[in-house]
Amino acid sequence: MSLSVILLVLLALAAVGYVLGRSRALGSAGGDMQKLHSLPSYYGWNAALMVLIPSLLVLVAWLIVQPIVIHNQVASMISEASIEKSSLDLVMSDVKRVADGLDTAVEAGAMTADQAGSIRTEFTDVRDRLGDVGVALGSDVNSETLRAAQRYRELAGTGALLRLIVVVGFGIAGLAFAYLRSHRDFRARNVVERVVRWILLSAASIAILTTLGIVLSLIFNTIEFFRVYPAADFFFGLTWSPSFGGGSELGIVPLIWATLYISFIALAVAVPIGLFAAIYLSEYAGPHVRSFAKPLLEVLAGIPTIVYGLFALLTVGPLLVDAFGQGGLFGVDWMQGASSVLTAGFVMGIMLIPFVSSLSDDIINAVPQAMRDGSLGLGATHSETVKQVILPAALPGIVGAILLAASRAIGETMIVVLGAGAAARLSLNPLEAMTTVTAKIVSQLTGDADFASPEALVAFALGMTLFVVTLLLNIAALYIVRKYREQYE
Amino acid sequence: MTDATLRSPISEPARKKSSLLAVDALTKKRNRAEARFKAYGVSAVVIGLLFLVALLWAILSNGLGAFSQTFIQVPVRLDRTAIEAAEKSVVKTSKYRAIINTGFRAALSKAGIDTDMDDRGLQKMMSSGAAATLREFVLANPDQIGRTVTFDFVASSRVDGYLKGRVKREDLVHDKNLDAAHLDLVDQMRKADIVTKTFNWEFVLGTDASDSRPEQAGMGASMVGSFFMMLVVLLLSLPIGVAASIYLEEFAPQNWFTDLIEVNISNLAAVPSIVFGILGLAVFIQFAHLPQSAPLVGGLVLTLMTLPTIIISTRASLKAVPPSIRDAALGVGASKMQSIFHHVLPLAMPGILTGTIIGLAQALGETAPLLLIGMVGFIASNFPEGLGDGFLAPNSAMPAQIYEWAKRADPAFYERAWGGIIILLVFLMAMNILAIVLRRRFERRW
Repeated sequence: MSLSVILLVLLALAAVGYVLGRSRALGSAGGDMQKLHSLPSYYGWNAALMVLIPSLLVLVAWLIVQPIVIHNQVASMISEASIEKSSLDLVMSDVKRVADGLDTAVEAGAMTADQAGSIRTEFTDVRDRLGDVGVALGSDVNSETLRAAQRYRELAGTGALLRLIVVVGFGIAGLAFAYLRSHRDFRARNVVERVVRWILLSAASIAILTTLGIVLSLIFNTIEFFRVYPAADFFFGLTWSPSFGGGSELGIVPLIWATLYISFIALAVAVPIGLFAAIYLSEYAGPHVRSFAKPLLEVLAGIPTIVYGLFALLTVGPLLVDAFGQGGLFGVDWMQGASSVLTAGFVMGIMLIPFVSSLSDDIINAVPQAMRDGSLGLGATHSETVKQVILPAALPGIVGAILLAASRAIGETMIVVLGAGAAARLSLNPLEAMTTVTAKIVSQLTGDADFASPEALVAFALGMTLFVVTLLLNIAALYIVRKYREQYE
Repeated sequence: MTDATLRSPISEPARKKSSLLAVDALTKKRNRAEARFKAYGVSAVVIGLLFLVALLWAILSNGLGAFSQTFIQVPVRLDRTAIEAAEKSVVKTSKYRAIINTGFRAALSKAGIDTDMDDRGLQKMMSSGAAATLREFVLANPDQIGRTVTFDFVASSRVDGYLKGRVKREDLVHDKNLDAAHLDLVDQMRKADIVTKTFNWEFVLGTDASDSRPEQAGMGASMVGSFFMMLVVLLLSLPIGVAASIYLEEFAPQNWFTDLIEVNISNLAAVPSIVFGILGLAVFIQFAHLPQSAPLVGGLVLTLMTLPTIIISTRASLKAVPPSIRDAALGVGASKMQSIFHHVLPLAMPGILTGTIIGLAQALGETAPLLLIGMVGFIASNFPEGLGDGFLAPNSAMPAQIYEWAKRADPAFYERAWGGIIILLVFLMAMNILAIVLRRRFERRW
C-alpha cells in the first residue's frame, strides 16, 4: 500500500473525526451551543488533530527506521567474499536494483508474485527475464544477490503492510479517544491551542535541526576522512592533486590561498564602488536619483550567481585574454586561458557591490542628523563632514558590512566553478587559473569517486573548513553591526 | 577670541586686499576636494549601473539567438517499400536518413540548385535528429504513407550559426563538419527559400538533453523539474516559516531556547549555499535513502535555505500589525491564539506573500546545492509521466541545465546557455513584479 493511500486514509479519518467530535459534543449539550465549554468547531479540531498527530509521527518514524532495519537484515545475508570483491554499498545497490526489477516485472505481468519470490539463478536467467520488461542490469545476477533481493522484497512487503496497520491503527485509536472525550465540559479550546502552540514551536525548532544536521553531516564524514587521511597533511599540505587510483595529495593550502585571493580581488572591486555609491546615494543624491539608482543597483544582488558565472566564463574572461593574452591589446603574453583569479574575482566584485552599498547605506542613514548639522555648522564642507564625522561614526557598521560581503565571497560557488579554472596552484599571478574550496567541493562530490574513499570524503572536510570560516566571519560581522547600531538608539 | 586679536598689526595691509568675494587658495582647494569627492560618488553609482547594463547586454546579445532556429524545408515522399525496409533494418535511422536525402536532392534540383555533394555531405546540413523526427511522424501517422509531406527539419548547429553570423567562413578551415561548399549551398538555398528561420519553440519546450545536438536542446524538462521543486519549497517553507515566525514573534518567552532558535535562524541565513548541498547529500540521500536527482530532494534542500528569508520577512510583517488590533481582539474575549489567527495573520498576509515570492525567486536561481545532490542537466530527456514521477523521477533544474550547457566547449551550446538565462530571468522578473504588485495592492497605512 503506497504512502499516498495511507495519507488519504488518514485525512479521511481526520475529516470523520471532525464531524463526529463536533456532533457528539453538541449532542451532549442537547444541541445548545451555549452550554458547551468551547465553540463546537474546537471539538471537531480536537478529534482531527488527535487522529493526525500521533499517526503522522509514527509514520515518519517508520519511514526513517524501516529502511535501516531492512538494510541491516539484508546486509547480514551477504557473504564476506562478495564484500571483499567490491564493497557492501555496491552489492546493496545491486540488490536494490534487482528487487526493483522484480517489482517492475510483477507489475508488468511478466512474472507472478510467487515466481518473483521463488525463482533461482540456477534455473532461470534472471537478467534476461528482467531485460524483457525493460529493466537493464549491468552484470549477471548471482544467486546470493538474487536471494538477498528476494528477502529485501519480502521484508519491504511485510514492512509496508505492518506500516499500514500500525499507522491507521494509531489514527483510529486517536479518533476513538477524542470521540469519547468530546463532552460538553471538555475544555476543547485549551487543548487545541496547546497542541497548536507545540506545532508552532516545533516549526521554529527546524532551524536548530537544520544546523544540527549540517554540523552532524559534516562532522561524521570529516572524522571519517581524517581516519583515512592525516589531518596535518590536509591542513598544511602544499599540493592538491587528487587521483582516483589512491595516493592522492590533498593539501588545503592552495585552495584556501585561491579562495582568499579571489575574495580579496572581489572586495577590492566591490568595497570602493559600493562604499562611494552608498555615500553618494545617502548624502548627496536627491530623492529622484535615489529612488531609481538604489533599486537598480539592488537588481545586481537578485541575479542568480549562475548568470555571473556565465558572464565570467564567456564575456569577461575572453575580454581579459584580449587584453593580456598572446597578441593582445598590451602585447604581453600573461594569460593562457579565459579562466583566472582576476576573471572570477572581478565578476564576484560586481555581484557584491549591492551588498556593500545597501548595508553601508542603512548604516550611514542611521548616523544622527545632529552630527551632520554640527559639522556643517562649524563650516566643514559636505565631503569633510562625510570623511571626518560620518564615516568614523559609521565605521564599525561598515566593517561589519564588508565582513558579511567577504563571507559571501568565500562561500560563493558558481562564479568560481565557471570562472576561476580547475588547477590548484599557489601563485601570486592573478591572471592564472586557480581553484577554490567551493569549486573543489563540487568537483569532488560530482565525480565518480567511491563514497568511502578519501577523494570523496575530503569534500566534507573542505565543507567543514568553509563552514567554520564563514561562520566566524558572520558572527564577527553580526556582532559588530549590532553593537554599533545600539549606540544611537 | 577672534582671528583679529591674534594677528599682528603687520599683516593688516594684506588683509585689506582680500575681499569676501574673492576665493582664497584654501577655499579653492577645499571646494575642489568637495567636487572630487562628489564625482567619486557619482562615478561609483554610474560604474555600478554600467556593470548592470553590460551584464544585461551580454545576456541579451548572446542569448536572443537561441530563440530563433534555422529550418530546412524538405518535401519527403513517404514511400511504403522504403519505410518498410527501413523499419526492418537494424540501424533504422540511417535508412530514414537516406529517404530524407532523396527528398532533399529533389528539392534542390527543383529549385535549380546543382550540387555534386555526396549523401554524407548533405546530411551534415541537418541535425542528426532529423531521421528520428521523420520516423516519429511515420509511426504516428501511418495513413500519410504513400503521400508527399513537407517537413521542417532542424538545420545543424553550424548551418544555424552561419545564418546567425556566429560561424564565419574563415572559421571553417579547421572544421571537420562543414566546408565552404556547404555554405555556398546554404546561400543558394536561402535564395530559393528552402531555408527559413523561425521562432524556436523546441528550445523553450523541448526536452532533448543529449550532448551532441545543440540545435535540438531544450529547457522543457528542466522547467518542469524547477516547477516541481518550487512546489515543494512553497508547500513546505510557507507553512513552516509562518508557523515559526508566529511562535517567535507572538508566543516565544524570553529564554535560552528561544535565543538559540533566533541565533540559529540568523546564522542559517548566512551559511554558504554549497553547505546546504552537502547537508542534502548526507541527510536526504546517504541517510534517508531518498532518490538521487529527484526534485523532491532538491526542493527539501532549497526549503531549508529559503526558510530564514521567509521567517525574517514574515516576522517583519507581523510586527507591522499594530498592537491595537490585538488588543481589540483580546478585549472582546478572543484567546491569544484566536486574536492571532483570526485578526493579525490575515492583515499580515500580503507582506508574508511578498516575502515568500522573493524567497522562492532566490531559490529558483540557486545552482550549487543542486549539483551536489545530482540534479545535473543531462539526466532527464522526457517529461515526467505523472505527479509522483514529477517529484521522484530524476530531473534537472533550470540553472543546473544552464550550467551543463555552459560547461560544454561549443559555441552553439553557449548560445543555449545564454538563452536559458533569458528564460530564467523572465521567470524571476515575473515573480518579482508579482511581489511588487502584491505589495502595492495591499499596502496599508495604519
